[in-house]
Amino acid sequence: MAGRLSTIGLRITHAIPVILGVVVVSFLLTRALPGDPAVYFAGAAANEQSIAEIRTALGLDKPLTEQFLVYAGDVLTGDLGNSLSTGQPVLEDLANRLPASLELTLTALLLSCSIAIPLGVLAATRPGSAVDHLCRVLVTAGVSLPTFFTGIVLIYVFYYLLGIAPSPLGRLDFIYIEPDHVTGFYLIDAAIAGDWETWIGALKQLVLPATTLALFTLAPLARMTRAAMLSALSSDYIRTARAAGLTEDKVLFTYAFRNALLPVITTLGMVFSFTLGANVLVEKVFAWPGIGSYAVEALVVSDYAAVQGFVLAMALLFVALNLVIDLTYTLIDPRIGFETK
Amino acid sequence: MTYETSRRGFLTGVGATALGASVLPFLKVLPASAAGNDVVVAVTGQTINSLDIHRKGTNRPSYQVAVNVYDRLVSFGTKTLEDGSLSYDYAVIEPEVAESWEFTDDGMAIVFKLRPEGKFQDGSPITAEDVKWSFDRAVSVGGFPTVQMKAGSLEKPEQFEAIDEFTFKINLLRKSKLTLPDLAVPVPMIINAKVAREHATEDDPWAMEYLHKTPAGSGAFKVASWKPGEQLVYERNDDWTSGPVPAVKRVVLREVPSPATRRALLERGDVNMSFNMPNKDAKELSGTEDITVTTTPVENAIYCLCPNLSFEPFKDKRVRQAIAWSVPYEEVFQTAAYGRGAPLWGGQSATPADIAWPQKFPYSTDLDKAKALLEEAGYGEGFEVPLSIDLSQSDWMEPAALLIQENLAKIGIKTTIEKIPGANWRTASLVEKRLPLHLETFGGWLNYPCYYFFWAYQEGHLFNSSNYRNEEIETLTPEALHMPVEDPDYAPKIKRMIEIVWDEVPRIALWQPALNVGTRNLAGYEYWFHRQLDVRGLKKV
Repeated sequence: MAGRLSTIGLRITHAIPVILGVVVVSFLLTRALPGDPAVYFAGAAANEQSIAEIRTALGLDKPLTEQFLVYAGDVLTGDLGNSLSTGQPVLEDLANRLPASLELTLTALLLSCSIAIPLGVLAATRPGSAVDHLCRVLVTAGVSLPTFFTGIVLIYVFYYLLGIAPSPLGRLDFIYIEPDHVTGFYLIDAAIAGDWETWIGALKQLVLPATTLALFTLAPLARMTRAAMLSALSSDYIRTARAAGLTEDKVLFTYAFRNALLPVITTLGMVFSFTLGANVLVEKVFAWPGIGSYAVEALVVSDYAAVQGFVLAMALLFVALNLVIDLTYTLIDPRIGFETK
Repeated sequence: MTYETSRRGFLTGVGATALGASVLPFLKVLPASAAGNDVVVAVTGQTINSLDIHRKGTNRPSYQVAVNVYDRLVSFGTKTLEDGSLSYDYAVIEPEVAESWEFTDDGMAIVFKLRPEGKFQDGSPITAEDVKWSFDRAVSVGGFPTVQMKAGSLEKPEQFEAIDEFTFKINLLRKSKLTLPDLAVPVPMIINAKVAREHATEDDPWAMEYLHKTPAGSGAFKVASWKPGEQLVYERNDDWTSGPVPAVKRVVLREVPSPATRRALLERGDVNMSFNMPNKDAKELSGTEDITVTTTPVENAIYCLCPNLSFEPFKDKRVRQAIAWSVPYEEVFQTAAYGRGAPLWGGQSATPADIAWPQKFPYSTDLDKAKALLEEAGYGEGFEVPLSIDLSQSDWMEPAALLIQENLAKIGIKTTIEKIPGANWRTASLVEKRLPLHLETFGGWLNYPCYYFFWAYQEGHLFNSSNYRNEEIETLTPEALHMPVEDPDYAPKIKRMIEIVWDEVPRIALWQPALNVGTRNLAGYEYWFHRQLDVRGLKKV
């Protein structure tokens, strides 16, 4: 156990150069973007003088190296600067929006895993059967339907036509008062506060966007589960286990599934990181105040501090995610050890 | 689900009578925000990024906070337009915080008498000292507020004097018809100086950080909550002293980026208003039962095609005229604007009959005339030029550009459409003025033709993206700018200016854009030149 803790420490120190690199690259990339934030934010009737004033106020009149030193110093003290487009400190924006995105993405992944993994296993154990065909249809549909399209169709059917879904107005309908901020996850915060009415309200808002994302993330997970299960089931150790007369359940779950889980976890990690940043379209359609639409809007108007803050937050998140996935590997397959690396 | 629907239905007023007594027990569990029929829910696609219009980087949608939460010395009147909708009336200046005002005998100062009963939202009186502090702030902080104040010849703190507690004097630098209307735009709002001074620091003498998040005004509404990127909730100021207390108690303004979702919400009746709807939705929803779509042409605004005079073929006025004769105006208007707005082509005479602005330019689609003009200018073989558009306005610029491109090809001008990212557009088109042929959208807040000419036709001025210069315009515009409209010299000057820019067409008018607002069970929406939502007059019906 102590060995594992020290390896975690080691892994975290390994992440430091990565983070430093991200800070430098995100700074340079935002500066390389076309567009001049001073002109943009000076507003409609700005003249040369007011543009120059804004440039000075933003510190953009200083040489690039000096700007970078100021930025790096601020980051070290935990200050990510102020976003021009929302008018708030970037740290505050991220603290508000990251939980919104995480809540949506995690719910969607939970939903898609609970469908994709059993479906993949069933499809692999009964190749060519009706379940296998169902799996194939779902996978194809999931991959080929873009999320904004699925989102709008779901809104049209369940909200507009049937009227059984709540209005797509973001995380909580305006008739509820949002729960006190503890984690930023409305479901968790409402549960802590014991406000079950709000909890139900937040859950209802989650259903359609989470389903939209789940349909999209279902495909890679189901395919990967099916493929991994198929290769596991055709391997030598399964034949041996069967020959040894073990029960089918034991063969399937203890031997085949456990081995098949490794690639599935890898895919899950990739899908998670991809979805978190890429669900901009779902966020727009459902008015979800998430981090994806925040980053895109910041990028469009060359809002340097917001873009840099977003990239940094994502980098930190990925480092943490990779660590968690690697740890999960060692739990699933004891042969994989940190120590050997 | 039925439980929720009835709660929301109750809130939005839909079916409140139909549900009748059966819902009454639920009233007990209604949260405070859902207290029945005096709550208005509006959706918009834009983010409010500050509660202080004077702050650097405050975006346009945030200007509405200055309108609803703060008062000004004076305001504009209200008039009913031909289609029955309401609009502000730039010809009438009404009292707001000031109860009366008069010019001194020499006309070089205005003295305002403030309402003695005037109160800020915290209950403290509105004094001349507060007005002075607020005006000093607007002319000192730089950026947009200072530029806007300057348009009304309000340039330095020395101009503003607090004579006594309720008397405020503005010393004028020059006599100008723009000064009084400029006091009614959102910028010269009156801030509670006592509160602001408490939060001012040495680095921040104007309390920019404090007022950015905490308004300190005297307006008809208070900000009950603000979550940037999600919603803003206004709550009525029951003790408003500058006008009749509003009919609605709360206004919830929700941000919904997707236009399709906004439309669904309005159609389902879950919101009372969709502010600034796309033209397409406005066209399709107008005539729908229960939904009222109000489309108001934006005053003093023109969407135009601008040939840049710094580039060779466009130096010749015949080439510019040829382009003006080749634009397929009707198709552009129907495709890019879905017919919402006002046509600005097909004028009958080359000299204007009156000083209305914008009015129909004397051009229409006539390719033979266009070809003849090009021949005459020596460009019969045609030429190649990029046609630049702004990606962030591609909703109308792209279809317009494609149609223009098609017709220009017919007279031998080969164009390639160049899409410029939104963040880059202003720098390229307005600051560096380096786009040979492009689309442009200027609209002036102060509704006078000379104000438009000042910004868009005078050399070097920001919106003159065509690099146009005409000696007569350079002389006439500054002369007309401050002159009263009643002056006998005014109309002839304006007519001459219009005649010149019609003949020389540095800006080819496509159409006058419109602001679309969809409402449901709601009356009292009023159009304002600032194109932001004024919630003060709204009423549930």
